[in-house]
Amino acid sequence: MTDRQNQPDQSAQPEDQGRRSFLTAGALAAGTAVAPGVMLYGIAYGRPPEEPASAKIRWGMLIDTTKCATGCTDCVSACNTENGLSGKTGPQDSQWIRKVDLKDLRDGRVTSLPMMCQHCENPPCVDVCPTGASFKRADGIVLVDRHICIGCRYCMMACPYKARSLVHEHLTDQNPEVPRGIGCVESCTFCVQRVDRDETPACVEACNAAGHQAMLFGDLNDPLSAVARALKTQASEEVRADLNLNTGVRYQGI
Amino acid sequence: MASVRSNLRRIALLGGLAGLIMVSAAVKAGVDLPKLEHGKGEHCVEDTQYMRRHHMELLFHHRNETMHQGIRTTKYSLTQCVECHASSKTGSVAASKEDFCVACHDYAGVKLDCWDCHATKPMQRKTAPTAARPTPSPMLAGVSK
Repeated sequence: MTDRQNQPDQSAQPEDQGRRSFLTAGALAAGTAVAPGVMLYGIAYGRPPEEPASAKIRWGMLIDTTKCATGCTDCVSACNTENGLSGKTGPQDSQWIRKVDLKDLRDGRVTSLPMMCQHCENPPCVDVCPTGASFKRADGIVLVDRHICIGCRYCMMACPYKARSLVHEHLTDQNPEVPRGIGCVESCTFCVQRVDRDETPACVEACNAAGHQAMLFGDLNDPLSAVARALKTQASEEVRADLNLNTGVRYQGI
Repeated sequence: MASVRSNLRRIALLGGLAGLIMVSAAVKAGVDLPKLEHGKGEHCVEDTQYMRRHHMELLFHHRNETMHQGIRTTKYSLTQCVECHASSKTGSVAASKEDFCVACHDYAGVKLDCWDCHATKPMQRKTAPTAARPTPSPMLAGVSK
């Protein structure tokens, strides 16, 4: 990993660094006083509903594959429930997140990890989209505007992570917060409807609820967020780092 | 003889006129405006006449703001339309011919494809709003807004 990826983009830093470091010092002191290992600081991300997503934030995720249990699919089921997916895994079924098991044939080491849209800084799906339906929101979340999507599936071919699916059949009873329908390409949205109301994605919540704590979600641009601090202190990797996409999802232990 | 003929002509003319009036009355009866169920609350977000003519523009503008900028105000959002206008019988805005959206769009002959993707029923509240976040977000731990 290069230094650039570990360090948040300096140009996107909030202006009040001095004030922030001062607050951190105070919060850190309070944190250690209460319970070691419990994070007692950070900044509030809640924004009023009328405020647009800010480019100062870049949402990202760190997945520790050493904590990700083989055979556990809690993140997948949580995603299916939240986003109204069928949960089927056929070639024409939508999968926004899937578990991948890797085995090193030399020593037999098995690694299990969830794979989904990596929310690249330079997303190939956005590059190739002929209509502008595939786009990156200011806060780094890569989305498909279904109102504009014509279902050409060019983005599916461009994505190196096989993260996108096309809806092949008419759907009914969608989640009111997650509209989905025939003829549009879709993929992980980082549960944008939850993030916008200051919650973590459903997969992260499920992973924490199961006690694995393998997924860490937060603002990569905020040096105080748990995910940025983990990225700063521990080794992590991008999948297909050679493509220089600067993914928002990073992995440890692969 | 001539007077009988003119009388007959007069009767036929009157009959024809009466028939025309009856037909036009029947046509008028057949094109009643759709009877819409009154939505929740006192009034809509804008004047009813304005909404009839411009609701699509409001929705179009709002959908772009929400999709691309993450602005999630409820005033002109489609989910809010569904919240208030879902039928008391079907619980939906587009399940039967009498439901709010379909009734008017059928009458006007305007196809709408909102419901190919969007839910036609209001959100089912699974848990109480206070219990909405079982695991607090790690990025917020210990911070009061």
